[in-house]
Amino acid sequence: MTTAFVINGSNVEVDADADTPLLWIIRERLKLTGTKFGCGIAQCGACTVHLDGHAVRSCQTFREDVANRRVTTIEGLSANSDHPLQKAWIAEQVPQCGYCQSGQIMQAAALLNANPKATRREIVEGMDGNICRCGTYPRIIHAIERVIGET
Amino acid sequence: MHTNTTRRTFTFGISAATAGLAASAHPLSSLAAPGNAPIGANKEFTPEITAWVKIEPDDTTIIMVARSEMGQGNFTTLPMLVAEELDCDWRFVRPQYVEPNENLSRGNAWGDMTTAASISIRGSQSYLRKAGAQARYMLIAEAAERWQVPRDECVARDSVVTHAPTRRTLRYGEIAEAAANRPIPADVRLKHPDEWRLIGQSIPRVDVRDKAVGSPIYAIDVRLPDMLFASVWACPFLGGRLRSFDASQVIGMPGVRHVVAVEDTAVAVLADSWWQAKKARDALLIIWDPVAGKGLSTQTLRDTYRRGLDADDAAIGRRIGDSSKALSQAALVVRADYEAPYLAHTTMEPQTCTAHVRDGSAEVWAPTQDADRTLLNVSKTLGIPASKVIVHKHHLGGGFGRRGLAQDWARMAANIARQVERPVKMIWTREEDIQHDYYRPMVLARQSAGFDAAGNLIAWKVRVCGPSMLVGLSPDRLTNGQDLEMCNAFQNDDMAYRVPNFEVGYVMRNSSVPVGFWRGVNHSQNGYFRECFIDELAHVRDQDPYLFRRNLLSEAPRSLAVLDEVAKRANWGRTAKGIFQGIALVECYNSVTAQVVDISVDDTGQLTVHRVVCAIDACYIVNPNIVEAQMQGAVAYALGAVLYGEITLQDGKVQQSNFHDYRALRMNEMPQVETYFVSSGDKYSKDWGGVGEPGTPPLAPAVCNAVFAATRKRIRSLPLANHQLRSPQ
Repeated sequence: MTTAFVINGSNVEVDADADTPLLWIIRERLKLTGTKFGCGIAQCGACTVHLDGHAVRSCQTFREDVANRRVTTIEGLSANSDHPLQKAWIAEQVPQCGYCQSGQIMQAAALLNANPKATRREIVEGMDGNICRCGTYPRIIHAIERVIGET
Repeated sequence: MHTNTTRRTFTFGISAATAGLAASAHPLSSLAAPGNAPIGANKEFTPEITAWVKIEPDDTTIIMVARSEMGQGNFTTLPMLVAEELDCDWRFVRPQYVEPNENLSRGNAWGDMTTAASISIRGSQSYLRKAGAQARYMLIAEAAERWQVPRDECVARDSVVTHAPTRRTLRYGEIAEAAANRPIPADVRLKHPDEWRLIGQSIPRVDVRDKAVGSPIYAIDVRLPDMLFASVWACPFLGGRLRSFDASQVIGMPGVRHVVAVEDTAVAVLADSWWQAKKARDALLIIWDPVAGKGLSTQTLRDTYRRGLDADDAAIGRRIGDSSKALSQAALVVRADYEAPYLAHTTMEPQTCTAHVRDGSAEVWAPTQDADRTLLNVSKTLGIPASKVIVHKHHLGGGFGRRGLAQDWARMAANIARQVERPVKMIWTREEDIQHDYYRPMVLARQSAGFDAAGNLIAWKVRVCGPSMLVGLSPDRLTNGQDLEMCNAFQNDDMAYRVPNFEVGYVMRNSSVPVGFWRGVNHSQNGYFRECFIDELAHVRDQDPYLFRRNLLSEAPRSLAVLDEVAKRANWGRTAKGIFQGIALVECYNSVTAQVVDISVDDTGQLTVHRVVCAIDACYIVNPNIVEAQMQGAVAYALGAVLYGEITLQDGKVQQSNFHDYRALRMNEMPQVETYFVSSGDKYSKDWGGVGEPGTPPLAPAVCNAVFAATRKRIRSLPLANHQLRSPQ
């Protein structure tokens, strides 16, 4: 059974079982590996993508949830991988192992879309669903505040 | 900025993506296709100037990296060491991983590939700097010959050789090929630290861009033509065995191609996609035999280790004087038993490995801390010569010790792939990752200390009991069958406190629970035991814990300097109302680290860690920004563990399974971290100190000591989640 949706601005039709998480459709059918598998139970945030601009955990999002909707992954966040958050991430030297960072950036992007002048407290509340085992949290906060300051 | 788009220089696909080259990474499949380019193709096209440096005609400078990048920044800092002496323009540098097969076939040309024990910089710096200097000499020699001038009239800087008197210049790229043919000088002068231009600078990391744009750099991202995906179920009873499985329900499921046993401990489902494999795996009917796992539980292990504390088969790690006699004569004796639990690693990237086995050879794509060990493990598992194994190393999505000496995931991938012809990508679920770790050992400790009538500390005796990591992972490091490393943090070279009578002994009690190297290794649990117990001694004597330690460090100026720095920077003893402090000092991996933690505990017993001040002496700091990040990271890693970390067993099975019950520290729990460098250079050591791990061991005791200051509750077992910090009213 096929599902039609838009991924990073392109129309796609995917044939997959109804219980296939969007995460695996993205990674394996669409071959976009920027979105990561970390836990499978929406506890870690590594799989975060945007669904019509809102952050969702793609490991717990399914075919029926995305039908005819717009999905954005880290690859599609900006045309030239130069979203202000990505530039801030580089300027602040945020990533260590980097594995959680796609999810962190996607979560941050949705946070700022909804709340462009988020306070530090709102940043932390908005981001604390994303785990980082390397402890880059302080730099993530700085990078987000950098973007807020520059906007 | 030079960019190099010639594929010929990048034999191994992942190297291109990880070198931070172009805006968009190449689709992995085109570069990683098996048999795409022969080994050593680089040498034909880009001559080496020593094994570590290759310079293209356009000045692109490829610097080889033998160790593994797992977030600690060595893919940047190791090339910095070479580039410093080479005097190349840093902007032209492209790091490239050494392939272990080539290292092997060239008689270990690139030396040790191990990434453990915080060893990358300190273990490599002397020969990397030397190689850079040798390459620079060769380039200068070539230029001088072309110009027919004395070498000492030539200066090499920023990838250009200049003949000072005539101002003639030659780019490195113009003379590299010829320079490569020159003899490598045996003796070279290395720069004095005052001359350093790169080392000591916060050079931006070369891998950060890829990690901010979702480049497919991880082993879990590997895509190969015709690849199968494997989801595994390993025996949930640690020490158990596979008895039988029924694949009949599963073999007809969509995408499922094979269901295979993996030796006698696991079953793997291979399918066209990982999700299909995982679904099928979940539906498998498997019968396990608990064997050694039967009756294994945290309580039975605790009982065994507690009995072990009284046993007479302790391996003595260090003995000064006669602590038993001194204790019997002491005016005051303090005793305390401590316990530290098993801990999981939970790298964000779950265990994964891709393998392709055919025609008596194997190709592996692995997130490995020790690529050479991966090669040897795969070779041995498959019974094929090491020369027939190629390992493509990927930046790890977290290591923390999980993927170094423990190569179980590599052997498993090889064992699966050997049963089919196609390449197989194995990915573990998070549950498999947590339930099949090589855990930081659970250890019990019994400590006694004695004071004389004048109040001097005259004796300290330690017994620790738990399983040995070396027995399973590195028996070559045992001493007459004994694991003396289990005494680390209490040894001559990693305990600076001066006590006239001291003894530490380890009683080995192994079980079928796999144990391995966690960040800080034995300094993690022993550091907690030591730094909390010494805090107890200070309080028994009604002395300030900082000053009490100070008095024992009169002959240890290096540790004293670090302790003094942290106390000063943390404003020790001068906190706002409601803020309480704890202090800890740990010496490990040739570095000295001290931390002061500021906490508060509210009326309900809720703990908040506000700030951690770190002082570290790693001799030299190669990249300050990276080390600050490492201190933040080490604190975060240790804090999650001290607050929540515990792996428990019941009936032979690990009880935790995912992040809901094995909690990781989250952003809202992250304290402010301040880092201060107390860099002693070569004053105390001709070797440098590590930075990847040293920030972890002091944190747990510093937090527990702060908790005592706040609540008068002494935390002798972890994690803190098991303690009620305020007594019910």
